[in-house]
Amino acid sequence: MKKLFALVMAAVMTMSLAACGAKEEAPSAPAASAPAASAPAEGTAFRLGGTGPLTGGAAIYGNAVKYGAEIAVEEINAMGGIQFELKMEDDTHDAEKAVNAYNALKDWGMQISLSSVTSKPAEATSAENYADRIFGLTPSASSTATVEGKDNVFQMCFMDPNQGSASAQYMADKALATKVAVIWKNDDVYSKGIHDTFVAKAAELNIEVVSDTTFADGNDTDFSVQLSDAQTNGAELVFLPMYYTPASLIFAQAAGMGYAPKWFGVDGMDGILSLEGFDTSLAEGVILLTPFNADSEDAATKSFVEKYQAKTGEIPNQFAADAYDCVYAYKQALEAAGATPDMTAEELCELMIAQFTTMTFNGLTGEGMTWAADGTVTKSPKGMVIENGAYVGLD
Amino acid sequence: MTFLNFLISGISLGSIYAIIALGYTMVYGIAKMLNFAHGDVIMVGAYVCFFAVARYDLPPALGVLLAMFVCTMLGIVIERLAYKPLRQAPSLAVLITAIGVSYLLQNGAQLLWTSSPKVFPNFFKVADQTGVKLFDGQLNISYVTMVTIAACVIIMLALTWFTGKTKMGKAMRACSEDKGAAQLMGINVNATISMTFAIGSGLAAIAGVLLCSAYPTLVPTTGSMPGIKAFTAAVFGGIGSIPGALLGGLLLGVIEIFAKAYISTQLSDAVVFGVLIIVLLVKPAGLLGKQVREKV
Amino acid sequence: MARKLNRNLTAAQKTSYMCFFTYGVVILIYLMMQGLISSGSITSSLKGMLIPICAYIVMAVSLNLTVGILGELSLGHAGFMSVGAFTGVTAAVALQDVVSSNALRLLIGLVVGAIFAAFAGFLIGIPVLRLKGDYLAIVTLAFGEIIKSIFNNLYVGVDDKGLHMSMLSDKTQLREGGKLIIGGPMGIGGIQKISTFTAGFLLVMVTLVVVFNLVNSRAGRAIMAIRDNRIAAESVGLNVTKYKMTAFVTSAALAGAAGALFAMNYSTIVANKFDFNTSILILVFVVLGGLGNMLGSIVAATALTILPEALRQFADYRMLVYAIVLILVMLFTNNPKLKQVFNQFRTHNMRGKEAE
Repeated sequence: MKKLFALVMAAVMTMSLAACGAKEEAPSAPAASAPAASAPAEGTAFRLGGTGPLTGGAAIYGNAVKYGAEIAVEEINAMGGIQFELKMEDDTHDAEKAVNAYNALKDWGMQISLSSVTSKPAEATSAENYADRIFGLTPSASSTATVEGKDNVFQMCFMDPNQGSASAQYMADKALATKVAVIWKNDDVYSKGIHDTFVAKAAELNIEVVSDTTFADGNDTDFSVQLSDAQTNGAELVFLPMYYTPASLIFAQAAGMGYAPKWFGVDGMDGILSLEGFDTSLAEGVILLTPFNADSEDAATKSFVEKYQAKTGEIPNQFAADAYDCVYAYKQALEAAGATPDMTAEELCELMIAQFTTMTFNGLTGEGMTWAADGTVTKSPKGMVIENGAYVGLD
Repeated sequence: MTFLNFLISGISLGSIYAIIALGYTMVYGIAKMLNFAHGDVIMVGAYVCFFAVARYDLPPALGVLLAMFVCTMLGIVIERLAYKPLRQAPSLAVLITAIGVSYLLQNGAQLLWTSSPKVFPNFFKVADQTGVKLFDGQLNISYVTMVTIAACVIIMLALTWFTGKTKMGKAMRACSEDKGAAQLMGINVNATISMTFAIGSGLAAIAGVLLCSAYPTLVPTTGSMPGIKAFTAAVFGGIGSIPGALLGGLLLGVIEIFAKAYISTQLSDAVVFGVLIIVLLVKPAGLLGKQVREKV
Repeated sequence: MARKLNRNLTAAQKTSYMCFFTYGVVILIYLMMQGLISSGSITSSLKGMLIPICAYIVMAVSLNLTVGILGELSLGHAGFMSVGAFTGVTAAVALQDVVSSNALRLLIGLVVGAIFAAFAGFLIGIPVLRLKGDYLAIVTLAFGEIIKSIFNNLYVGVDDKGLHMSMLSDKTQLREGGKLIIGGPMGIGGIQKISTFTAGFLLVMVTLVVVFNLVNSRAGRAIMAIRDNRIAAESVGLNVTKYKMTAFVTSAALAGAAGALFAMNYSTIVANKFDFNTSILILVFVVLGGLGNMLGSIVAATALTILPEALRQFADYRMLVYAIVLILVMLFTNNPKLKQVFNQFRTHNMRGKEAE
């Protein structure tokens, strides 16, 4: 009897839930169809949407992109001319949630998209972008699969394989080392992508990879084994294709062991100096290839860093700068194409494809950026070295 | 020498698991519930200590005490609001509530303290050295490891004494064996269980400080994975057994490091869990767990 | 109304009434959704969730078989989902050129996923079912983690010579025109999205038929007898291991099919998706819906999948609100005092409605 009663209650709850759902749908439905079908009354701004991990373990990257893009949108809207309406939805660094978030954005009336912040979710949402013909420009999802086979998804960041081979090339050109160790994250697309091309390129350039070890989620606190493997095999340089959170642990533990090789990072390493409480002397001499330098003297960067600090109290990393650039790249492309906010996502998509494959863009993360038809960006990474707790350009 | 170094790394990792597992096992042994929020209480403890020391320049000892106080309070509040109303409910319902509390603490921490990692200061330095180097620096033992092991042993002895000799401790054991009978003997079961949570949460604060001193990156999800590993360690040693938690933690750490060093860094987790399964097949109640006979 | 009708029914009639009520609810909701889809009034957000909801329902119902009917706590159910997802997609991709019909390929994927997951369930069941209580739970957790670790290091490719497999690094050495299907930590990318809502609905129905028939059969009664008192069950000559294994393997097979359905709804899938947190999520569905209550699992899986999406308006506070809702629901459904208040409120409401 009780069970049945519970059942009836459950059914009532479902109904009320369905009713709630229906109520919610009502106002959003016209909004969803309006920008796509005909000119909306309020359609004075381009609706720009993106998904990223705003909560959970990868939240720092999603929030950086969110704030970076918000700053750009505020600046552009204040200038008059092209107006943006920005919405970032949380995907908790998960492909399933990212598709949900993407669909929520579609209901909101997203016309152009920032795709997703992290690689695996971006692979899932970019497939949706392609199917729906909504143009996507991801600030930071760097895997090959994000853009592969999709003519309307573009990247603002370097592609992983490019980073891997560029790093090997850089080491060879500067004769940094002949024996190299790699420590990479075994369950991460980003890390894996860079690792694979790095190892292949290193073999070509006669750089010997003497130690190749991994770590994974839940196994990312103790690096003593990886480090001593590198040490006993005589690696002069340790390549760290990873984000800076585990890297900071690696530096601390290596210092504890008294192991001091040359360190070489990729763009995910950027941000390590702004870690609160981090002993920057540990990162002394770390070399990294990154397109963005928050300490740059250039006026645009300075103003961006100031605004970002005012907004969040933190120093922007490369993710924030890439997102900022994305919004400005959209502005440039939309202006050049003469696009208006009453256009459908599909119309905008065709215009954007035409623009992005032909235009040249100058931003915080590089001068003279161009895009190939496959969606990858061409910009030159800057070699940076950390000296006295600050990034210093190498070239 | 590398073998010894790996052994030391294993012990230092294991001692961290052990100190978390002690808190787990304490709560499980008495309240008979898997407190999945334990890992997140650890995280809160670490944050409190971090802010006290790094932001407000309090001496480390005071920071630790403050963290213990906050965590104990937090433990009591969580227990009062989320677990106590479910005393009569099936244990799975409490498990799910604990998971809810875990989500709540993680997301609350993110809103309060943002998702940017904080680097925890290392208190355990003597003359700017973080550890002792033996044999021309070939062998390295960090002070954090020594302190953690010492803390583990002290806590283990204290808990054994407390549950064995004191009145409150005896009440706790009585509750763990038979709540109904304990009540009949005039033990305030509710108060006893609340007390267990208070102690467990206070221990979590110490674990949090030591965890973050050894592996200094602090984010809102810091506690969750070590929490699960420590839970595994507690089961490994026989859940509910206080010396078992220590043994289980240390062994888990050593196995993990050896698996990385001598088998494969990629498959180390699989090896650790594989060993766990084999041990449980041979000793179904863990290494030091009591095999309870079923009565008909 | 439903209450009155059932006052005089026997237990057997009640269970069969429950079955048909559940089938009815599922079919009704399916038809409603189909109506919404064909009239175009469904939001993209809800539409995008339909297939994952079906997969989660199957996961919840199958886990309910282990936890609710068999009475053993499993913390590694996502592991079976993972096995089903990876093997199912591999089969579907490998047959891409041979079988042209999407529906047939999806069916093959689901069946292959179910078979492999059942096999994994059998292997895992041998040691697991010898243990009890929390020790059993931790071993299922361990198996979930091992499965995750294996798929994170597994490379599978296909070329004209058939399937090639390797562990740790890509040693498949595919011939020209070959395709790497599972790329270790990269998982599977570029999956054709061949899952459909109708297929999801059919899978839910099949799951319900299988589970209800098992529960209401001789074997099912034996399984419940073991749950309620293993020693008594043994003493009347029940083969405990056999019945436990039946329930466990059935549950694993259904989870495998759900995994395959889930994977083929996304263009990409990684082993890390099916981790401890996913297992816990499914367990939350089961406990919230009520142990042994299949309709409850269905409702809970649906509601808790939609809830985080419905909470998007709370922006930063979304997951915080989700956690609070979860705790409150557990308190209200399990605390005797709160439950009483809630029930009084309900009866009061109902009386009001009947009076109308």
